[in-house]
Amino acid sequence: MKSLAELQAIRDKAKLELNMRHENPDAIRVLVGMATCGIAAGARPVLNAFTEEVAKRKLQDVTITQTGCIGICQFEPVVEIEIPGEDKVTYVKMTPEKVAKVVNDHIVNRNVVTEYTIGAYK
Amino acid sequence: MRELSLNVMDVAQNCITAKANVVTIEVIESDKKDFLDIYVKDDGCGMTKEQVESVIDPFFTTRKTRKVGLGVPLFKMAAEQTGGTFSIDSTVNVGTTLYAHFIKSSVDMTPLGDINSTVKILIQCNPDIDFLFSYTTDHGSFTLDTKELRGILGEDVPLNTPDVLEWIDGFLEEQTNNIHGGATP
Repeated sequence: MKSLAELQAIRDKAKLELNMRHENPDAIRVLVGMATCGIAAGARPVLNAFTEEVAKRKLQDVTITQTGCIGICQFEPVVEIEIPGEDKVTYVKMTPEKVAKVVNDHIVNRNVVTEYTIGAYK
Repeated sequence: MRELSLNVMDVAQNCITAKANVVTIEVIESDKKDFLDIYVKDDGCGMTKEQVESVIDPFFTTRKTRKVGLGVPLFKMAAEQTGGTFSIDSTVNVGTTLYAHFIKSSVDMTPLGDINSTVKILIQCNPDIDFLFSYTTDHGSFTLDTKELRGILGEDVPLNTPDVLEWIDGFLEEQTNNIHGGATP
């Protein structure tokens, strides 16, 4: 049974670990397109997959959030990755299966997965 | 949209755009009475009577990137194709309530789908907004109120902390199983 007491324990633990993650200007941002087009194309499982993969690897300073429609609905689900000091990369037609590779290659090892980017489709 | 929960996620985005402080999502379903009701309510900027009439028009949107806005029309269609109803009640500066009524046994009924995932993502992506989610079936009901969670977590620990999200995930799953008579929905 998930109790509120359990939540208190989480709070105490989180306070210890608190490293201003939500305010960190150097944080890597993962933006998942979640307008009508993105949702219909399957953006929700993609966002969930990113959350799970980042949690599994215990990556700090990675923020996963949603964004609106950026106007390329035919390429949804679209994911943008912003690493401070580097060019923004746009991945298109994402699936939960592609997420592990993007997290591993791009976010952890800083090698863009070129075959999933918008450039490879155009 | 393959699941109603995706429609909910989509229209809830409108609440956030309307600068809501609290977004209320209520699902009530009954097999005995053969219906499923969804309410999505916010205390955002609201709409004028003219705007309410125009949001059901697919060619109306306030967005600049495209000329179509399909969120509300798709949700309305999903309800009406089951023989149900759809309505929007809005007052400027007070807020908006969307109400969709579905006939569950209709062949054109879209499954509710993973509503918990919708709620979790909304909380994860909008840690500064409060969500009140309640789900009622023939077997019981439960409520998740982020205000209550915030009260326990205090100001320093945001709702989108991974451990907190995991707790929310577990809580929702457990409660959903309870109100579906112990079986997986």
